[in-house]
Amino acid sequence: MAVETTQDGPATPRGRDFDAEPVVIEARGVTKSFRLPVNKISSLKEQITTFSRPDYRELHALRDVSFEIRRGEFFGIVGRNGSGKSTLLKVLASIYAADSGRVRMAGRLAPFIELGVGFNPELTARENVELNGVMMGLERRQARSRLGAVLEFAELEEFVDMKLKNYSSGMLVRLAFSVMIQSDAEILLIDEVLAVGDAAFQQKCADVFHEMRDSERTVILVTHDMGAVEHYCHRAMLLHDGEVRGMGDPGEVARKYLRLNFESAPSSGEDSLGEVADIVVEDAWLEDADGQRATNVEKGEELRFCAELEAKRDVEGPTFGFTFANPDGVEVMGFGVPLGDLPERVAAGQRIQIRSKVENRLAPGRYVVRCWIHRNRNISDIVLYSPHILDFVVFGKDEAGVAFFETEVEFELKGGEGR
Amino acid sequence: MSVEAKAPAPPLELREVRGPSATGGGSRRFFELLWLISATEFKKSFHCTAFGYIWSLVRPLMLFGVLLVVFTRIFRFNVPNYPVLLLFNLVVFGLFQEGTGSAVGSVLAQEGIVRKTQFPRLVIPLSSVMVALFTMGLNLIAVFGFILAYGVDPRWTWLLLPVILLLVFVITCAASLLLSALNVRFRDIAIIWTVAATVLMYGTPIIYPITILESSFLKDVLLGNPLTLIFEQARAWIIDPTAPGAVTVAGGWLNMLPAAVIYVLTCVLGVWVFKREAPKIAERL
Repeated sequence: MAVETTQDGPATPRGRDFDAEPVVIEARGVTKSFRLPVNKISSLKEQITTFSRPDYRELHALRDVSFEIRRGEFFGIVGRNGSGKSTLLKVLASIYAADSGRVRMAGRLAPFIELGVGFNPELTARENVELNGVMMGLERRQARSRLGAVLEFAELEEFVDMKLKNYSSGMLVRLAFSVMIQSDAEILLIDEVLAVGDAAFQQKCADVFHEMRDSERTVILVTHDMGAVEHYCHRAMLLHDGEVRGMGDPGEVARKYLRLNFESAPSSGEDSLGEVADIVVEDAWLEDADGQRATNVEKGEELRFCAELEAKRDVEGPTFGFTFANPDGVEVMGFGVPLGDLPERVAAGQRIQIRSKVENRLAPGRYVVRCWIHRNRNISDIVLYSPHILDFVVFGKDEAGVAFFETEVEFELKGGEGR
Repeated sequence: MSVEAKAPAPPLELREVRGPSATGGGSRRFFELLWLISATEFKKSFHCTAFGYIWSLVRPLMLFGVLLVVFTRIFRFNVPNYPVLLLFNLVVFGLFQEGTGSAVGSVLAQEGIVRKTQFPRLVIPLSSVMVALFTMGLNLIAVFGFILAYGVDPRWTWLLLPVILLLVFVITCAASLLLSALNVRFRDIAIIWTVAATVLMYGTPIIYPITILESSFLKDVLLGNPLTLIFEQARAWIIDPTAPGAVTVAGGWLNMLPAAVIYVLTCVLGVWVFKREAPKIAERL
């Protein structure tokens, strides 16, 4: 049964139960392969002068992929480059036809394979929003009535009659994102578009994703960003070589994904994919100077980060690392538990508490804490990588840079009279 | 959200996702997209030009001027109402020439839309034809001004003009579908077509009426061109009531058969090839 969690809590089963919701997307045995000619023929002359049949290399992009998504789910699809996730997205979006298998769907689907595709740079924002709306299946009247909301979210009201070719890239991205979230399709298909705009706009987008997670809308998100998967998704699916290699809890899927990425590294043999990590993060929090739990911290104050972990199995030579990543995904700082303090092994059932204290030099913004646990003192032997065990906000006056340092500045004018 | 188990919601009706197609996404969306894209493209073609619409007239007028001088001063055609016949033909043939000419590379040019959005593929070449249709429509208004000024009296057969335009429009669409779909496979179709379109222009009685030809093999070949009969009929209906008309030119209904067959074949082939290629276009680009 579902468990209530706070919105910003660590990755655990989300507080919604989807078993009662109707299925909105059903894929059964979807298979797709591409025939890649070794020498591509794209002119008549080549076709005529090539006597032998051209050689093809068969590329299996999807093999027998089946899944079901229920209404209201925020569903993540993860996988390495070339794992077939974009192909799957294009099959769902009716851009490619599957070779076999079938996909069935209830409701209108709006695909966003790339932000701003279909925008015409020669047209104004007004015209583009209408065009885009119609492309997404709205009636023209509906598409026009969306304009206000789209521009408001994008904060581009003043530029409504400016041609898109005169927009800055940031403005374009904002408009595109805004068009996407304002499309009132029941199902949204989103491919890697999270990292858009400046920090303020990103925060706005993050809020929108949070909202979507709790709404009736079904969202399918394809991404590399395990943080996003754990943060937003109710459920996730891992694709590898066109096959489904994992499905379920986003945290688990994210871990499998990272395992796959480190597959070449020597791994401890008995550890198969799909099991609970040997050490799990039970809790992570910030404390203020009085030892009370806090959700945000002021710039320049002391930053106290604490975590409590539990070993599910014996782990030899564990190491622990934490990093703080800003909204751009930059890991601004990090620390590890000093090797001297670490035990040779932790036994199943043992709990580990980690407390840290550091002067907060982080620039204001939202931060995410990531956690790495390895074994055998070997950083390629991952026990746990959790890209999102906590997020918090640093507030205070914004200055340039991702971190600030007390700086002594001297200023002096020298030489002649000037003009 | 409540933790207690809710009564399961009734299952929703699932519809099959069949992948991309020529018209995918419903007819209302198809026509709205077609209209919106054609209209904006048309507007765009006049934007930032000082004289706007005038330019779309200048091209046929220039060609008209040159041809008029060549064929009335140098070769001395003796054809009734030749100047307005020439002008009318050039403008109507412009629909076919410009429509196919811009449609042939259109699918390739709209790569981004085709590969990354759910888009009815048919809209792309058809909107090119629509833009040519709008241009021709505007030009025809001016042409009829010239026709009246030249002293041709309006007759009831002028009301049959839509028949002529529809016939030209349909074959333009069909040829555009065929060419744009094939051009995705073989990129040199676009180049071949620029040459072929010119050949076709001289292979259709545009700058000359077919009546000046003696019976010959050449004439028989020209009569196999469906556009020949369409333009000859237009001449009889619009410009010169004494002109023979398509049936007489062909020498009877039966002799119109080859042209009719070619016309229908082009249409069937265009639609069939495009429909067949449409689902694969995104992968071939």
